[in-house]
Amino acid sequence: MHHLLHNTLYSFFLFFSLDIDSSVQIDPLSLSLSLSLSLSLSHIRSYMAMLLQPRILFAHSRRLRFIPPCCFSPSRSPCAFPASLRAFCVWRDARNRSHHVFLDDNHRPTVIPFARRIGLRFQESGRNRRAKNLSGRRLVSTFATDGLHGERYDVIVVGGGHSGCEAALASARMGASTLLLTLNLDRIAWQPCNPAVGGPAKSQLVHEVDALGGEMGKITDRCYLQKRVLNRSKGPAVWALRAQTDKREYATEMKKVVESTKNLYIREAMVSEVLVGNNDNVEGVRSFFGVNFYAPSVVLTTGTFMNGRIWVGRASLSAGRAGESASQGLTENLRSLGFETGRLKTGTPARVDVRTVDFSKLERQPGDEEVKWFSFDPEAHISREQMCCYLTRTTPETHELIKQNLHETPTYGGWVEATGPRYCPSIEDKIVRFKDKESHQIFLEPEGRTVPELYVQGFSTGLPERLQLALLQTLPGLEKCAMLRPAYAVEYDYLLAHQCNRTLMTKKLEGLFFSGQINGTTGYEEAAAQGLLAGINAAKFSDAKDLVALERESSFVGTLVDDLVTKDIREPYRMLTSRSEHRLLLRSDNADSRLTPLGRTVGLIDDRRWKLFQEKQSRISSEKQRLRTTRISSSDAIAADVAQASEQSITDVVPLAILLKRPHVHYSLLDCHGLGNPELSLEEKECVEIDLKYEGFIIRQQNQLEQMIHRQHRPIPDDLDYYSIKTLSMEAREKLSKIRPINIGQATRVGGVNPADINALLIYLEVQRRQRKDRTIFEASMANPPEESDNMAEQQTIAFMK
Amino acid sequence: MPVSCFTGCCCTMKDIPAQLQHWSHILLSRTSFRHILRRASLMRIRANTLSAHIIVTNASLNHHTFARPGEVNTLQGMAIRHVLHQAEVHRMRPNFPRNLKLTKLVCGSSKEERAIGVWSTSTSYDTIVAIATPMGNQQGSIAIVRISGPLAVAVVAKYFNSSKKSTSQRQNRWKPKSHFVELGTIVDDAGLIVDEVLVVPMLAPRSYTKEDVIEIQCHGGDVCVRRILHLCLEGGARLAQPGEFTLRAFLNGRMDLSQAESVAQLITAKSIVAAEAALAALQGGLSSFVQAMRKDCLELLAEMDAHLDFEDDIPPLETADVIERINSLCFRVQDSLKTSNRGRLLQSGMQIAIVGRPNVGKSSLLNAWSQSHRAIVTDIAGTTRDIVEAEVVVGGIPVKLLDTAGIRETDNVVEQMGVQRSEAAALGADVVVMVISACDGWTTGDHHIFHKIFSVKNSECAAGVSVTNFTTPWVLVQNKIDQAAEALVPIPDDVKTHFSKFVPTCAIKGIGLHDLEAAVVELVGLGKACSDGRQWAVNQRQAEQLLRARDALERLKESIKQDLPIDFWTIDLREAVIALGQISGDDVSEEVLSNIFSRFCIGK
Repeated sequence: MHHLLHNTLYSFFLFFSLDIDSSVQIDPLSLSLSLSLSLSLSHIRSYMAMLLQPRILFAHSRRLRFIPPCCFSPSRSPCAFPASLRAFCVWRDARNRSHHVFLDDNHRPTVIPFARRIGLRFQESGRNRRAKNLSGRRLVSTFATDGLHGERYDVIVVGGGHSGCEAALASARMGASTLLLTLNLDRIAWQPCNPAVGGPAKSQLVHEVDALGGEMGKITDRCYLQKRVLNRSKGPAVWALRAQTDKREYATEMKKVVESTKNLYIREAMVSEVLVGNNDNVEGVRSFFGVNFYAPSVVLTTGTFMNGRIWVGRASLSAGRAGESASQGLTENLRSLGFETGRLKTGTPARVDVRTVDFSKLERQPGDEEVKWFSFDPEAHISREQMCCYLTRTTPETHELIKQNLHETPTYGGWVEATGPRYCPSIEDKIVRFKDKESHQIFLEPEGRTVPELYVQGFSTGLPERLQLALLQTLPGLEKCAMLRPAYAVEYDYLLAHQCNRTLMTKKLEGLFFSGQINGTTGYEEAAAQGLLAGINAAKFSDAKDLVALERESSFVGTLVDDLVTKDIREPYRMLTSRSEHRLLLRSDNADSRLTPLGRTVGLIDDRRWKLFQEKQSRISSEKQRLRTTRISSSDAIAADVAQASEQSITDVVPLAILLKRPHVHYSLLDCHGLGNPELSLEEKECVEIDLKYEGFIIRQQNQLEQMIHRQHRPIPDDLDYYSIKTLSMEAREKLSKIRPINIGQATRVGGVNPADINALLIYLEVQRRQRKDRTIFEASMANPPEESDNMAEQQTIAFMK
Repeated sequence: MPVSCFTGCCCTMKDIPAQLQHWSHILLSRTSFRHILRRASLMRIRANTLSAHIIVTNASLNHHTFARPGEVNTLQGMAIRHVLHQAEVHRMRPNFPRNLKLTKLVCGSSKEERAIGVWSTSTSYDTIVAIATPMGNQQGSIAIVRISGPLAVAVVAKYFNSSKKSTSQRQNRWKPKSHFVELGTIVDDAGLIVDEVLVVPMLAPRSYTKEDVIEIQCHGGDVCVRRILHLCLEGGARLAQPGEFTLRAFLNGRMDLSQAESVAQLITAKSIVAAEAALAALQGGLSSFVQAMRKDCLELLAEMDAHLDFEDDIPPLETADVIERINSLCFRVQDSLKTSNRGRLLQSGMQIAIVGRPNVGKSSLLNAWSQSHRAIVTDIAGTTRDIVEAEVVVGGIPVKLLDTAGIRETDNVVEQMGVQRSEAAALGADVVVMVISACDGWTTGDHHIFHKIFSVKNSECAAGVSVTNFTTPWVLVQNKIDQAAEALVPIPDDVKTHFSKFVPTCAIKGIGLHDLEAAVVELVGLGKACSDGRQWAVNQRQAEQLLRARDALERLKESIKQDLPIDFWTIDLREAVIALGQISGDDVSEEVLSNIFSRFCIGK
């Protein structure tokens, strides 16, 4: 009996999954049709009996999982299934989404697509639980049978830093009930290092986060102490807005937003374990104190906290950052789940007391008179009085002191092995590496309006505390300074991000997302950008929708994530303008036109923002049209000014757009002569000017991009066995097998894969394609259509059952 | 029964059943393996007669399945399911072929086993054979049959009887030693000796194609070699497509694209210089030159990029220095572009048309130049009616000289047709040599001819016939200087600018021919390239990319001049890097691929 059932089931399964796989698009209707066709009702009933042997079922099918007769309760939202429905089995389609098959009152199978299952909560019997245990899996969790064992959410975000906040806000705003777990509720959105947001490449990230509906830009626009646009002379693609922020105010404001967002719950907890389900999926997390929280999506944003250890000189202390305890146990748990972790190091400089600094010896660095904004939402723009930063320089004494005490630093003394960021070197690194440079710039930046602390930018060090003050006092203006906090380095665990997809979901566990410093990045902006993406995808995943991945060339966020998942990152990753090959297309001013439509689609841009956006875009395009059609002649008043500015005279009747293309001719000149459009805001004018002025370059870059897309978006099958491609170098085979790039472009960027390998790979794929094509033609010519054998299968199956 | 080899590939689940039916196929993931099993059952093959060769690569799986790690395990019936089951239990991901690899699925008892599928992974499976030496009229004393592929040794072993150990050789399998020549005989199925041969086995990967290659050197003439080829074909090899050996060498990573292209050029080379150029490219001369340029561009690009991100830490960028580096790059690109013309001429040879009024000495010039009496020379105007060809070698390039009918208004129908042909020849030529008589000076007739041909020719160039902006050079030869009063006759200025060279000659006495050759060599860009020892020449595909790089660099210079921000400099520089990368193969484009696949017949 058992054998018969087994075989029946086995063939049923094969038949079943074969059908699913061979249809490109899964249509639940046709599925239920094929079910009812191939199996009579009594067979289905006999399958129910099979549930007595769940072990076999589990053993044979990953795609089809039977669940025992269970009850479910329509919890929230408009799920209108009759309560008498019985779940029959779960199958997983080609994209690995699970769908439930139900039997209705008449025992007719009905397929409930995963997307609509969300409202249902399954309650499994104890027998099934045991079965899982028997089948050799770790019994990690059970579905909650009552409210006592754990709380249930759609998304759980672990960590309340810049990444965690964005993730939680995005997910909650998309309608997912979201739990934000953090070690310390008072430290939400804390800025433990530089109290600044933006800077080269990072500002683009903030603009993009805002365009997608993130929070970082808005909070910065509300809490800034000073704003400046850097790189003014280097071209519009690299203009970088940088804001000093009030670190306390920033945290408070962000906390207010987090606390007041609907669907978002916050809780203090140290997460020490990720709960894993039967199908390599995440079911929730367990806290250090043994409480379980359940959700189909979990976002880990642990920052520097996983096994964090801070160093001052030779002394070290287990801590996530100064004064806060590290998180224990999670790394080990992730490792036991098969994740590869590594260790990184970063640091923060000392803070000095503003009252002990002699400002007369310092060069003032005031903010820009005309303040620019991170957010595209004018409502978020709140003008504040600006504070000043100060500039000082290292002196020969500084260099001397460091050279004498190099052995006291962790890196040169050799007791910390973790890699620090090359792009944010400590002062001793700078002095060792740039021996020729006599002096390095040091910025003194206020940390807040009511805080006496000054941040000494460019002066992070691993020297012991007893030397730090002496070192600070070698700087002009700081001769008598008092130190409020010492500089320290922090060492922490991170996960090698190639274990994630471009959606930031891990390849190993469904529903588990990594975001922020845990992926090996450094910087608030990088963290926020990842957080937003992870939050969006976590909410989407819990809602069984398609996940969002940003193409590398679409945005800096896309570039960041692509780099993370492709490159084997062994030092903290910082966003740089040079990391983007097509940055002229990825400017700050057009971030909204690039990304706001996406933000709207995912549901993070409300109607008001959307209307603003559309109006702005239409104003810009009509203005461009106007400038292209309005012509002036050499006799007009503006002609002389243009000729003077560009040192070329005007001989003909030319449209204004052509005038703008000339060097040193700006929109403001049009304004002077009343030829500008007063309806446009300053930002909009800037957009128009850049688009017209650099049109030729933009078009050229677009062409480059298209060529590249054409070349690089050639997909690589995800089950490709690189080890079997003998023409690849051994290193390339290893690296590619590890990273499993999704297209040729990604493969190109994998370290250790040289162009010859890419050539070989392309040729291999092309040969495969051609062979397949030839075979298809050959097979088509054979007079033995596969349908016939499928019929045979059916007959066999039915014969078997009789 | 010998195992048949099939073309292998990773397959989607969708094609498995059909493929299995046709017994071709595959590398598999575990999931697809199940489908195979099912298919086997549909083919009425009972599960317990099935055996599978499985390689288990996951350590924990070895333990549970009792399979030996990393080796081929032959499993039967339920054991196959057991392995699958364990893989399931141990959370092996589907579609992840590394844990479990099925290499062969066999049904039937060991005596009479039938392979249902053999899974292999290299790109080419069938064994190809071809006659490597020329066939037909040119008979050599030796002919070579070349055979390459996994069955090469097996095929040759069938028919080859080594003379080393003459007895009982055919019972034991022939085991060739790589790169050792063996003497023996080829014996056909009936046991008749076909020929006495030398066999040169070159086993993988130390061979031209990186596969097992065997060359059979037999006696020349069509008969022996054809019989041997025929035997090889019967033995299981198939006839190679044109260029397929080189294609395999390329596909198996033995050479890169530009090298593969060079092989074709080397084989078809018509002169020594052409062969040398192809050989230089084959050895990577061009690649390394372009790669060096690309490296310089990349360095400059990296420097500019660094300035965008870390201005404070690095010394400022010297604009003058940047311009200088770009100029040097431009110069090098231009330099290599010059060889493109040479490359084309080396491959196809050059045509020089000699045009002019009747009776200025065109035919004498041809005769003098080719040191022959190809053309009839008389004092009568209009002696030459048809085009007379003569072949010479100039600067290593094969040159076809075309002597044409003198161009003039005439009523003679035959001469009219001759004049038309002359004009056509001038239009198609690579260099036009216009001959005038030094005694008469520049006449209205000369003027008429010049304008007639020149205008047509120029409009063609403007229409973009030539990608390299290469306009046909004109050489003005003033013949009969021995009879002229002054050495050089005055030429109108508007005409003068269109001629690249002026050479005084006396065809009858052979004066000035050397100067004429030198002028031609210089005009087509041969002189310089040869003088600096650079042997290679770029082909058309490469020339297009070089042009792209040059244009980008020119734009970059313009941007710097216009004082545009540094970020804009990088855009054009990047363009140049991409273009150069396409030549050296560092940047693979679709065109390159399609080029490969149009040239070679892949997948048949």
